[in-house]
Amino acid sequence: MSLKLNYQLMKASEVNATLDRMASEILEANNGRPVVLIGIQRRGVPMARRMALRMAKKTQREPQIGTLDINLYRDDLTRVASQPVVQKTEVPPNIDDRDIVLVDDVLYTGRTVRAALDALCDFGRMRTIQLAVFIDRGHRELPIEANFIGKKITTKDSEVVEVKLTEIDGEDAIYVMEKI
Amino acid sequence: MDLVVRNGRLVDPARKIDTVANIVIRGGKIQSIGVGAGSALPSNIPVFDATGLIVAPGFFDIHVHLREPGTEEAETIATGGSAAVAGGFTAVAAMPNTKPPNDNPSITYYIISEARRSSPARVFPIGAITKEQKGETLAEIGEMFEAGIVGISDDGKPVMDAQLFRRALEYARMFDMPVIQHCEDLHLSKDGVMHEGIYSTRLGLKGIPGAAEETMVSRDLILAEITGSKYHVAHLSTRRSLENLRKAKSRDLRVTAEVTPHHFALTDSAVADYDTNAKMNPPLRSADDVAAIVEGISDGTIDAIASDHAPHHINLKMLEFDRAPFGITGMETAVGLALTKLQLSITRLIELFSINPQKIMKVAPWGLFEGSDADLTVLDLNRTWTFDVNQSRSRSRNSPFHGWPMKGKAVGTIVGGKLVFQDRA
Amino acid sequence: MLKRKDLLGTQDLSRDEILEILDTAESFQEVSTRPIKKVPTLRGKTIINLFFEASTRTRTSFEIAGKRLSADVVNISASTSSLSKGETLIDTARTLDAMAADCVVIRHSAAGAPHTLSRLTKASIINGGDGAHEHPTQALLDAYIIRQRKGRLNDLKIAVIGDIAHSRVARSNVHLLTKFGTQVWLCSAPTLMPPGIEKIVCDHGEFLHVTHAMDEAVAQADVIMMLRVQFERMNESFFPSIREYFRYYGLTRERAEYAKSDVIIMHPGPINRGVEIATDVADGPYSVILDQVSAGVAVRMAVLFLLLGG
Repeated sequence: MSLKLNYQLMKASEVNATLDRMASEILEANNGRPVVLIGIQRRGVPMARRMALRMAKKTQREPQIGTLDINLYRDDLTRVASQPVVQKTEVPPNIDDRDIVLVDDVLYTGRTVRAALDALCDFGRMRTIQLAVFIDRGHRELPIEANFIGKKITTKDSEVVEVKLTEIDGEDAIYVMEKI
Repeated sequence: MDLVVRNGRLVDPARKIDTVANIVIRGGKIQSIGVGAGSALPSNIPVFDATGLIVAPGFFDIHVHLREPGTEEAETIATGGSAAVAGGFTAVAAMPNTKPPNDNPSITYYIISEARRSSPARVFPIGAITKEQKGETLAEIGEMFEAGIVGISDDGKPVMDAQLFRRALEYARMFDMPVIQHCEDLHLSKDGVMHEGIYSTRLGLKGIPGAAEETMVSRDLILAEITGSKYHVAHLSTRRSLENLRKAKSRDLRVTAEVTPHHFALTDSAVADYDTNAKMNPPLRSADDVAAIVEGISDGTIDAIASDHAPHHINLKMLEFDRAPFGITGMETAVGLALTKLQLSITRLIELFSINPQKIMKVAPWGLFEGSDADLTVLDLNRTWTFDVNQSRSRSRNSPFHGWPMKGKAVGTIVGGKLVFQDRA
Repeated sequence: MLKRKDLLGTQDLSRDEILEILDTAESFQEVSTRPIKKVPTLRGKTIINLFFEASTRTRTSFEIAGKRLSADVVNISASTSSLSKGETLIDTARTLDAMAADCVVIRHSAAGAPHTLSRLTKASIINGGDGAHEHPTQALLDAYIIRQRKGRLNDLKIAVIGDIAHSRVARSNVHLLTKFGTQVWLCSAPTLMPPGIEKIVCDHGEFLHVTHAMDEAVAQADVIMMLRVQFERMNESFFPSIREYFRYYGLTRERAEYAKSDVIIMHPGPINRGVEIATDVADGPYSVILDQVSAGVAVRMAVLFLLLGG
């Protein structure tokens, strides 16, 4: 499968402004209670890190962060063509009764979030689990919705939303691609 | 049985014959050999057209295991005999490690009479050296000789006791029979399953060092010298054994040796994938040993090629390498492998497969002369073919040569004037 | 992803495959530290531990690895199965296939038994140790520890000392470590050194050295790997007595001092204290013997995942 560019959804300045707004929304919604940001591998990880820095600036208190690899919880392992590379999972100890914000780049079918919820539950019983996503592109297959959304867009099934982050991709941008 | 073998190239090194001629067979014997194409041929006798083919004295495989009596699920005298003629052999010498072993005349009689009844090839039994092949006391060698054995051997096992082996050599001299030794020092080879070397170390398999064979060959050559008896080394497999034999021969001892086709066609690298069809004893040796064997065949140090045909039921060969039995089938591939793998003159080939085996076993000779038993092997040196183990006439399938391309084949086998096998293109 | 059905040995593993297993194992190490030490990855997969030789460690390690990945793990040992009643390996293989096993971990005293099994079954075969041939997951976990402690697998001096002739651990380690260009020194009495050992590595033979002098092997070593001595070898006269063996090939504190100051001491276990290794060394600061055990679970999880997941 190859992709062609349909259009650019965000450029660098918009990416950062959006992350900034989401960080504020999370702080506001949690009303001063400290949260734990858990980024889903891979682009949720730098996202969570950046939001944590922004939140630290605002509150002088850096939230705890963690990373989660959901590949071990996927429901389609036997179906994917190439086996995913398992990345590190690092969840802070004692997250029982804490407020967790799961961070991911794109919310699509909801299956990744389902896997992440299963994974998190193996680490204890959290007070709340909230979801922050950069792009909600619709087409849900499970009853899952995000608490914090960078941008909600309408997409075709044949489209692919690519979030680029400097830490991984060398640039900040979001593109909507088309499968050809 | 009557037959005319027409227009073949007749080669018999023992009678210094190499000529194109016809052979007329009457009553199972060679009646006449007509030199030249013009000789008058009798009518109303079936004709085998050997134009372009070699006609040789019948090939004699002096080392086979027919498994009967006792292990008929692997082979019988009938199926083994059938495999023999399909490989071009008119006669075989059957090793005594049957169940019970051929260590007394009643087993010898049984083998001979069953062979007459069911085997297309002639079968010459070999008797055990020791009772039950236990290596403890001599078997009834004289009685077995009267019954028809042509040699003695505990093949499959060596006679470890030097004193006992010396007695066997001395005693066999009364009958002028060869004493055939499977040379293996059982202490050196203990628990071994393949040749000791890089491959055994890499595969983690217990090795059988070349020294296990070589030390016993050396010991036996000394005993053969002091007794003056006929001594024959079965399936010789290493360079050092060969060199010792060469020295003994240079001193005119009455010693002979055979090699098997697998010991010149394969090396221990064939075990690489734990293929139990590459498990035999003596084991497949190193490339250097193989080079020495090939040299020994050409220079005359080696007297005969014998298959060590050792059929095993597939149930046994499908076991773990350690547990699977030693041995492979070989009568149907021996001639093809010799013609494909060795650059030998046709006269040398016939010496190795017929003339020398007859001398070693001291059987009443056959060949291309009037009055001889009409036992003939017909070869097509140019026939290209592929061995298919599933078409084998043996009852077993344990061959490492399945799918091997070969050039040269026995295409006709005549025993007592009867065409018992033919494979015409 | 390993593009192979089986893991039969380290001899035919590529460097990339080895690194992929070690990297994946690193990710898995964390699972064993969770309050709930289990992920659902291999749910519904059946792993059979087919052990023809007694082994508590390896069997338990594979069992825990499989269970932490949520696979169903069934243990069959020769004494409880029909194997002792004359059933052949082939029949066992067919039976396991008929039960739709996804993976069989086999330990067998006959070298090559896993290869035979592999030819006969659809299931993935993992060699859990075959005779004196290979024990690939042991070598992988050893490499995991070495990389963790030394930061690399290349350019080290690693001494492997003991009964090389009968050791599958030694062979698997030799194949694996020489691929990375590290100097491997094999050391034992000549009676316990198999012929041609210096030539068993196909491509990287220049990294393999053989000696019967322990001081030479240990000198400036980064890693000392001790092998277990089996007492029955004494009866076969491979060495005269335990006492004399320890004198020449036992790892004492004094001997360990010839190595680098940050040397790590490894042993595949179970150890014979006072036979191949002195107690104060086994329990001393350089010893990573227990780390090997915990790394074993992560490495086996990685192997199971890479063979069975996806």
